[in-house]
Amino acid sequence: MAEAAHRYDETMPLEYRTQESRLNILGFWIFLGAEVALFATLFATYLVLFQRTGSGPTAKELFEVKDVLIETLLLLTSSFTCGLAVFEMRRGRLSGLLTWLLVTLLLGAGFITFEIREFIHYVHEGATMQTSAFLSSFFVLVGTHGAHVSLGIGWMILIIIQLLQRGLTPRTARKVFIVSLYWHFLDVVWIFIFTLVYLTGMVI
Amino acid sequence: MKWSEFFVTGEPLIYAADVAIVLTIIGIVFVLTYFKKWKWLWDEWLTTVDHKKIGIMYIICAVLMLFRGGVDALLMRAQLTAPNMKFLDAQHYNEIFTTHGTIMILFMAMPFLIGLMNIVVPLQIGARDVAYPYLNALSFWLFFFGALLFNISFVIGGSPDAGWTAYFPLASNEFSPGVGNNYYAVALQISGIGTLMTGINFLVTILKMRAPGMTLMRMPMFTWTVLITCVIIIFAFPVFTVALALMTFDRLFGTQFFTMANGGMSMLWANLFWIWGHPEVYIVILPSFGIFSEIVSTFARKRLFGYKAMIGSIVGIAFLSFIVWVHHFFTMGAGPAVNSFFSITTMAIAIPTGVKVFNWLFTLRKGKIRFTTAMLWSLAFIPNFVIGGVTGVMLAMAAADYQYHNSYFLIGHFHYVLIAGTVFACFAGVHYWYPKMFGHLLNERLGKWAFWLFMIGFNICFFPMYFLGLMGMTRRMYTYAAGLGWTPLNVVATIGAVLMGIGFIVFCYNIYYSARYGERDMTGDPWDGRTLEWATASPPAHYNFPVVPEVTDLDAYWAMKKNGNGYEVKEEQLEPIHMPSNSGRPFLISIAFFIAGFGLVFKWFTLAIIAAIFIILGLILRSFDDDDGYYISVDEIKRTERLARKGA
Amino acid sequence: MKHEKQRGRKWFSLLPLSLLLFLSGCSEKIVVLNPKGPVAKAQYDLIMWSIGFMLFIIIVVFTLFAVVLIRYREKPETADYEPPDEEGNKLLEIVWTAIPIIIVAALAIPTVKATFALEKPPRHDVKPITIHVTSANWKWIFSYPEQNIETVNYVNIPEDVPVKFKLTSAGPMNSFWVPELGGQKYAMDGMETQLILQADHPGSYMGRSANFSGRQFAHMEFEVVAQKQDEFDKWVKEVQQTAPKLNKEKYEEILKPGLVGRMTFSNTHLEWIDHAEQNSHHANDEKHNDRHEDMESDHHEH
Ligand code: HEM
Ligand SMILES: [Cu+2]
Ligand SMILES: [Cu+2]
Repeated sequence: MAEAAHRYDETMPLEYRTQESRLNILGFWIFLGAEVALFATLFATYLVLFQRTGSGPTAKELFEVKDVLIETLLLLTSSFTCGLAVFEMRRGRLSGLLTWLLVTLLLGAGFITFEIREFIHYVHEGATMQTSAFLSSFFVLVGTHGAHVSLGIGWMILIIIQLLQRGLTPRTARKVFIVSLYWHFLDVVWIFIFTLVYLTGMVI
Repeated sequence: MKWSEFFVTGEPLIYAADVAIVLTIIGIVFVLTYFKKWKWLWDEWLTTVDHKKIGIMYIICAVLMLFRGGVDALLMRAQLTAPNMKFLDAQHYNEIFTTHGTIMILFMAMPFLIGLMNIVVPLQIGARDVAYPYLNALSFWLFFFGALLFNISFVIGGSPDAGWTAYFPLASNEFSPGVGNNYYAVALQISGIGTLMTGINFLVTILKMRAPGMTLMRMPMFTWTVLITCVIIIFAFPVFTVALALMTFDRLFGTQFFTMANGGMSMLWANLFWIWGHPEVYIVILPSFGIFSEIVSTFARKRLFGYKAMIGSIVGIAFLSFIVWVHHFFTMGAGPAVNSFFSITTMAIAIPTGVKVFNWLFTLRKGKIRFTTAMLWSLAFIPNFVIGGVTGVMLAMAAADYQYHNSYFLIGHFHYVLIAGTVFACFAGVHYWYPKMFGHLLNERLGKWAFWLFMIGFNICFFPMYFLGLMGMTRRMYTYAAGLGWTPLNVVATIGAVLMGIGFIVFCYNIYYSARYGERDMTGDPWDGRTLEWATASPPAHYNFPVVPEVTDLDAYWAMKKNGNGYEVKEEQLEPIHMPSNSGRPFLISIAFFIAGFGLVFKWFTLAIIAAIFIILGLILRSFDDDDGYYISVDEIKRTERLARKGA
Repeated sequence: MKHEKQRGRKWFSLLPLSLLLFLSGCSEKIVVLNPKGPVAKAQYDLIMWSIGFMLFIIIVVFTLFAVVLIRYREKPETADYEPPDEEGNKLLEIVWTAIPIIIVAALAIPTVKATFALEKPPRHDVKPITIHVTSANWKWIFSYPEQNIETVNYVNIPEDVPVKFKLTSAGPMNSFWVPELGGQKYAMDGMETQLILQADHPGSYMGRSANFSGRQFAHMEFEVVAQKQDEFDKWVKEVQQTAPKLNKEKYEEILKPGLVGRMTFSNTHLEWIDHAEQNSHHANDEKHNDRHEDMESDHHEH
């Protein structure tokens, strides 16, 4: 790392100014590449097992349209507000940044609440992770996404605390930027879940 | 869970191991205490983020794992020497071949190479460290505690016994009750996370931290192979992560991914496993190719022949490695069209591989070849690996593979590529870079003894296996009947295995011998090397280079030596050097992973959750950590450098 | 010392040769290279075809290797020889890319042909016989639906008639392999694979599971007995008339993990269960439960 870590570049946006920041952001992009491979595997598993319902319910019998639509709406909006947060950050406005991050966080928490509700509903119908291969893959795919979102919420809380403590510095700016990448990524994954799992499931 | 089930009991071998383990632990504790080395251990090793030290730790662990896996192998060979042997019973044999395979690939071959990468890559590219030193330490400790978790299954709870491929439904609770396969799922997961992070770390390191002037096309071959390997890791390991997670869910929480009821699909496991598994074998061969390239070029005193073609072929191999996985189960009945497709893609790998072989041969041509130990290992690689490669092509022919599959022919193939490829590369690399790691050379005479014993033993052990396969001997048999004609070749194979064992012992003795009597490397460049790692002292100061070198050519150091006086440092050029601080957190977090893993293996979920909380706590602390490292003053660099030169 | 090395390498190249000599003494034991039916013969031809090319590659590489090492090793007389600075050679690269491509093509074409051909019966002028094969821990069960008989751990087949083995498993995956008659195929739970074999002559051929399936896997052998058609018919008739009937209880008994000897029955278990159907496994659950009752860690739910 060496003094390179401190090679400071004033012309870049705040989050890219130190060498360390540039490395971390690149590394995070690559990490997202690995996450793509991870979710691709989960999707493939789901698609292979989707019709293997054993003695359990099929997708069509099971899925709850209303909850899923609300979840989708919450998460898509949160992705937008997360974008607004970064926009405010670029303009150097800490309070705007904090506000939008908080909104994002709340929307994310709303998403998780509805997802948990949806899951509980299925379990009450007798559709658990143990019921059939289809349900195992459904819960694990959607649950992995949900776990990612929950992790993102926790992470965002940490960053908000740091913003409050330390203000907007190259380091905190980088963290905001990286968490925003993560958040948008989860949004994209959800769009795939929504179409490949829910929409397809309700049609076929 | 009863206590009598917790500890593996009832076998003299196991009791002996128990005693040995306890004695070793007591011994280590005693030595550390007696010589007051605890603080040293903590400050210098457990908390280090220095890539060179991390590399050394990787290699030490890998050699230990080579020992463990080797003992497994000798036990298996002993049991198979004669028909109807009663040395091991079926269950023990099954556990031993499972741990042998898993340990050799995941806890020996890969860490060994990652260790060499750690030591060499930053030096070769003229960097002060990797991109994320803290993460690097975490990777190592996750590997370490993953390996530890896997290894304790031997005495606590019982080892996995469904093969390193852990095919379902055999590996399900139904047919493999007990905790053995839980160990497999959890321990590999933990170390796998470490590997993935290593992949990301080195990719960024190589992309972003090269010395000025080192364009991609001036990068040493080893660095190139590591770069491509990282890409494979990044796309292959997540698949394994998922496969292991699904296995864990099936075994611990009763899901139905691979079960026989309720829609489960065991073939899915085989697919996921090999979608990772085939790229995995290239993860352990590409860096080996890189090591051979460096050594062959150094000791032929010639630039690598066909550098660009070499790069093209590793990129080609990496790409193909993702579209050949079905060749591991042509016999699953996927239909002739599918099998034909994967046959052809598999055979296609032979093309870039062949290109590489010829380029090595032409690097040697017109060279001035010096037969050092490192070079012997590298040269022996060529013919032996070709045998493995051509038999690989034979296996790739689907219709013929129906006859070879799961037989000793297959065992012959993959040992010829894995031993003559990866293991030879590890030995070659260790002999070559040993002075860089420790400041003294390994003894050449002992090295050559070890080489010949091991190499000849290897051929005696594995060449007969091709014929055993054609005689109908299938892999993973714990015994066989007399009268099949298999006995003579099995005896031969066992003799070969013993020779390999002796070779390994000579190698270990060489480490001890050379530590005491080995020749010191004063110059930093004992082999008349070509790449930047030879420009700096042996061992290098922890900042690697007092001044970051400028690169003007491939074989950067060679060019410096030819065009001037090599890598010279003028004291006025010195600037304070920024270095990352040590941290004990990677070590502690990994312990928490170990405990959480242990809890999962035994379904002690409370323990697992408590440990998980500690992991999260570790991550939170990391997030709040604003340690920016520290600076080494110019004065201190001057002092260090003068001392190093005075030694010279 | 360098001399020593050369000698070592020559010795090493003698190794395969000596092995071949040694093996020629017992070549009939090399079952894969002693085909006793058209399927194994097709595979044998393919193997021999490929070995030719492989030997060619090995000879080329080993020769080049030896020549280069001998000529360009460091010698006292070459002390001030400095190797030239070669970068590579486009033409050579093309040559050694093209030749492997040609070799791969020469191997791929017959491979693809054979791979397709093996899925069809070797001859079309006689009607194939169908035999269902079920692997279980650790035995092989053969059901003849047309003849309505069942055998365990041995299978009789008529000579010169293509046999369609329909493979499945009542437990872990196994691989059905009779090297003298042809290559293997997997037997998997909840699905069916098909392997077609044919014997040229009457005789006894050893078969075994090639895929590891647990504790007694090494003993999962069976005998394939090829008979003249009339002898086969006689045997079938005899079995139909004299062999006991198989019932569910007896069948469950057989499926229990362990080794059993040879058995013969005058009906088949396909009457009540076909393990090739998805989730057929569910139907015979008692057998698992009693196996697991002493395993506290097992939470087997069906
Ligand atoms: C010319 C290149 C190669 C070709 C064409 C090739 C082909 C194959 C094929 C077709 C199989 C499956 C055979 C079967 O299961 O019946 C196989 C198995 C295997 N190969 Fe290779 N291979 C090549 C190089 C390598 C390399 C470089 C490595 C590792 C360093 C390797 C390691 C393995 C392993 C470990 C297995 C068996 C794994 C198991 O079943 O446990 N191969 N190879
Ligand atoms: Cu492979
Ligand atoms: Cu069951």
